[in-house]
Amino acid sequence: MIASDVTYIDAIREAQADLLREDERVFLYGQDIGKFGGAFKATKGLQEAYPDRVIDSPISEDAMVGMAIGAAIEGMRPIVEMQFADFSSVAFNQLVNHAGTHYYRTGVPIPITVRMPSGGTPGSGPFHSQSMEAIYAHYPGLVVVTPATVSDAYSMLKQSVELDDPVIFCEHKFLYRWLKSDSLEGDDLPIGKARIARHGKHATVVAYSAMVHEAVRAADILKEEGGWDVEVVDLRSVKPLDTDTVIASVARTGRLLALGEAFPWGGVTAEVISRVCTEAFHLLDAPPQRLNARDTPVPYHPNLWAAHRPTPESICASLRHLLTY
Amino acid sequence: MNGVWQGEAKINAEIPLLISQRLIKHCSVLPSPTLTDADLQTKDQLRTIYRAMLGGRLMEAKLSSLYKAGKIVGGVYLGTGQEAVSASLGCSLTMGRDVYSPLIRDQAGRTGFGEPFLDCARTYLGSAAGPMRGRDGNIHRGNPAEGYLAMISHLGTSVSAVAGVLLARRIKGELEGCVGATCIGDGGTSTGAFHEGLNLAAVEKLPLVVIIADNQFAYSTPSDRQFACRDLSARAEGYGVKGHEVDGTSLEDCARVIGGAVEAAREGGGPQLVVAKLLRLSGHGEHDDGSYVPQELRQSLLARDCVELGAEQLIAAGHATREEITQWSSELRDAVQEAVAIATQEAAPDARTEDWFALSTPSMREGDYES
Repeated sequence: MIASDVTYIDAIREAQADLLREDERVFLYGQDIGKFGGAFKATKGLQEAYPDRVIDSPISEDAMVGMAIGAAIEGMRPIVEMQFADFSSVAFNQLVNHAGTHYYRTGVPIPITVRMPSGGTPGSGPFHSQSMEAIYAHYPGLVVVTPATVSDAYSMLKQSVELDDPVIFCEHKFLYRWLKSDSLEGDDLPIGKARIARHGKHATVVAYSAMVHEAVRAADILKEEGGWDVEVVDLRSVKPLDTDTVIASVARTGRLLALGEAFPWGGVTAEVISRVCTEAFHLLDAPPQRLNARDTPVPYHPNLWAAHRPTPESICASLRHLLTY
Repeated sequence: MNGVWQGEAKINAEIPLLISQRLIKHCSVLPSPTLTDADLQTKDQLRTIYRAMLGGRLMEAKLSSLYKAGKIVGGVYLGTGQEAVSASLGCSLTMGRDVYSPLIRDQAGRTGFGEPFLDCARTYLGSAAGPMRGRDGNIHRGNPAEGYLAMISHLGTSVSAVAGVLLARRIKGELEGCVGATCIGDGGTSTGAFHEGLNLAAVEKLPLVVIIADNQFAYSTPSDRQFACRDLSARAEGYGVKGHEVDGTSLEDCARVIGGAVEAAREGGGPQLVVAKLLRLSGHGEHDDGSYVPQELRQSLLARDCVELGAEQLIAAGHATREEITQWSSELRDAVQEAVAIATQEAAPDARTEDWFALSTPSMREGDYES
């Protein structure tokens, strides 16, 4: 692979190719993932190489996850591809009530990885744009990861499959082809460790997935505009949530903006602020802020969509308010 | 014969004493003067299944008593009247080789599959030494490492899970000779999970046996508010699986049809759907008196008690004597008592020493974020 050509979707495909090659317990199950290579081509060519372990499923999200649970009990490491994260609502019961309860109830862990193409892209509308991470993080028994970089998409998918527990792997569709890197290799941080994506001293933005990149853009604008140094923390996984790294950053900056692309009621941003207020209230110089999508279904038209989710402009507005409090 | 109902179903050693003069006319197999090898196999099979039926009935009778004495927290759900169906499946499967995911009314099948009474008693009584350690109760139990799956309450979800175990074995090249099986009621067939799971198993042509105990009521809802097709067995053709119908009150018929379905799956015949017709001879749980079940249904042939009828069938065919059945009852009742006595004396789970971990990987655990 040519170095500068590695995209986020390439990373996901390469991780799956590596896993299939290195571990006979791994198999892929999902809609249109065989000869067709998947709706986003995340499994392109893999069925040809592993015909018995890349399997097309019926349009049955509940049964896809139920099947993966049974296979995991039998010692396999299934990777289930949801065609869109939105459709995982059909599999919700199997995920939270079957996979999520199994280890606690029986002592037998369920090592499944469910890939969820998440988040908005222009024109995708209410049912192909959702961010489901907060829903799954709410339930016990599930690990929820949200990679924002090419190397994280690669290494975290491999780590997810190696974990003995169920993992909800939230991969952002906007990053699939937009985000490029010169290498799949990164710092190989473990799941559960956040990373400082941009160093700063005046305020902390805690973000994850595609919003990390929007936060960095906003920070660059504010640097240019007023010399502000905004720190951006990439959570990488929302459960477990690396509260220590978040609080260490807030200790340096005294100001916190929690940023997410999901709906505003509850969720990851509320959890981040709750933890900081509970454990590190004394470090705050200003009331912590939240910025999320609006409380409506995700709209279809690009004009509406761009105003529904946080943008560098709306992030800058929140940060200006925070920085001048 | 009048229908047997909750409170009337015979639950102890009186069973064989009460049946000798009745119901010979229902028996389809008459005593054979000279037994062939096949007859002997049938004889052994029927005796095995009947003992599991009796074990299920006696275990559940004890659970009912414990519930009424306030010794069991939560619900108690019985399979009274469904023992022939349940045990015929459980006894057709071998723990360690086959996969079994029983449901709410399968004490007899669990016993037939090889679950000790102690696991049942410990789970209902919440013993920390039980398979579920007080973390889950009653019928939500199993031993997944042995292919004995622990159901969740959401109906239909086991179908795809059993299919997944089988698919995994196919990938590993270990499917040959294995069967997976699960049970559901008529109400459970209305779920999306049931449809998705059975369709998936059919697409993959897996050796899966699904038994529907069509017991006329889903909790209190009669079948005509549950489905509109002529008969649930008619769905088999729609799924592209082999369908079977059986009189769920008859040990002989259940043993033949359900045993046959399991063998057909084992020999490569693909998924098998068996619909057993019967009447639930209890409420949904022991909290429910089933007063909504009409009198004419209680007096119909669907209401025959399979444990009584099974004893008569065994005796009429010369497969067992009344004395033997009395002896089995006595032994099984003692075994139930012993299991309950052990579980009753065991420690309950202690919230102070509970680990409270829903994840197996220590580094993934967050703990409780409370102050």
